[in-house]
Amino acid sequence: MEKRLILDNSLSRIILERIALQITENHGDMRDCAIIGMQPRGILLARKLLEIITRISGNKSILYGELDSTFYRDDFRQGDKMLVPNTIKIDFLIENKKIIMVDDVLYTGRSVRSSLNALGDFGRPRKIELMALIDRKFNRELPIQPDYVGEEVDTRTNDRVEVKWSEDKSTPEVWIITE
Amino acid sequence: MEDSLSVKHLLGIKEISYEDIQLIFRTADNFKTVINRPIKRVPTLRDITIANIFFENSTRTRVSFELAEKRLTADIVNFSSTSSSVTKGETLIDTVNNILAMKVDMVVMRHPAPGAAVFLAKHTKTQVINAGDGTHEHPTQALLDACSIKEKLGEIEGKKIAIIGDIMHSRVALSNILCLQKLGAEVMVCGPATLIPRHIEHLGVKIEYNLKKALDWCDVANVLRIQLERQDIKYFPTLREYTMQYGISRRILESLDKEITIMHPGPINRGVEITSEVADHNQSIILDQVENGVAIRMAVLYLLAMKRPENAIS
Repeated sequence: MEKRLILDNSLSRIILERIALQITENHGDMRDCAIIGMQPRGILLARKLLEIITRISGNKSILYGELDSTFYRDDFRQGDKMLVPNTIKIDFLIENKKIIMVDDVLYTGRSVRSSLNALGDFGRPRKIELMALIDRKFNRELPIQPDYVGEEVDTRTNDRVEVKWSEDKSTPEVWIITE
Repeated sequence: MEDSLSVKHLLGIKEISYEDIQLIFRTADNFKTVINRPIKRVPTLRDITIANIFFENSTRTRVSFELAEKRLTADIVNFSSTSSSVTKGETLIDTVNNILAMKVDMVVMRHPAPGAAVFLAKHTKTQVINAGDGTHEHPTQALLDACSIKEKLGEIEGKKIAIIGDIMHSRVALSNILCLQKLGAEVMVCGPATLIPRHIEHLGVKIEYNLKKALDWCDVANVLRIQLERQDIKYFPTLREYTMQYGISRRILESLDKEITIMHPGPINRGVEITSEVADHNQSIILDQVENGVAIRMAVLYLLAMKRPENAIS
């Protein structure tokens, strides 16, 4: 097994600041926007991003939600692994909002597809954007591209990308693990 | 934490474990958020066909299962014995095998004979969910009752629950006793001696013949319907006398020094085992039970569907 560090804590902090600036550049004071973290692994990232964007934009009441798409997945009952649903927390109307979906690693695009379907059942947003900390860009199985990317990486299918959060959940570290 | 059921069928509470029950509760919480939003449907079971086979009348259980299936996007067929070839003398196994030949994946069955669900699971190749078999078990009702108690009181362990009324003819009673005991509650049955089955104390329940004493003891009273249709002989002189001794009224609840929660699995005989006043009071969680029923049944269907790897599209 080979482990390679591709983002350390200090670099990931800079990257998150950069993405937060890009988002506020596009959306100003974030008034019609909502940040939605994708369960389970996008949540810590989405919370961190919300914190930074709140600081940058000065808007203390940015809408924030957490979305689980387990019931919408297309690999239901195909593997040996049980799919365990996580909580959904979206207590506002997404109708006509600009949604920024946040996930840590964008790989085949299938979980983004199921999240889009899940989100569709909450209403019709004006726009949906996608933010991914890591984009494994040569492994896509669906025509899905992110709007905000932390770092693009070139990986093989037997590689695993692991996002590790520091104790205080403030900054992530990203490793590529080759079995 | 377990993330898979230990069983392939839901035949009764007896067959499932504490972990199974907790897993069903956790999953039902997820489905509760689904059924409370504008679009109440998820595409999870879109490749599954479910037959609802009812050899006995039912409103709540049947509608509840049907809604649960529809909200999971399963295909469903409904079948009731009165309008089918069963009246022409077809056996249970033949009926079900014919339905299965049309590629049905799961069967939800209610049947008047105790053990019918177990029998079906043994002799056919389908997944069976017991929606009530005679006076034996009604597992989804027990799960939704326990779920409602948990929601109301926060905890089931250590709570005192009295099951009141026609224990003898009730499948809800047996499933409830088993389920609540697995979750660590103390259970008491209360009713006229003629309607308490002999040897029920071997299940580890307390027996009380005095309603007031039972209510004084319990945190939750689950009031059962007098099942006149199953009573082949007279078990008590008149309904009026039953009501006077075992009917839950505002007056008896006010005579207690605490507020207890009132449940009823339905259908209610208003004015017999419970007065309208009590049934509609905010102490009663009867309609919460019905709401939880859909979420619990969605959870059961979902978790059982996950146990069908042989059926995967691959």
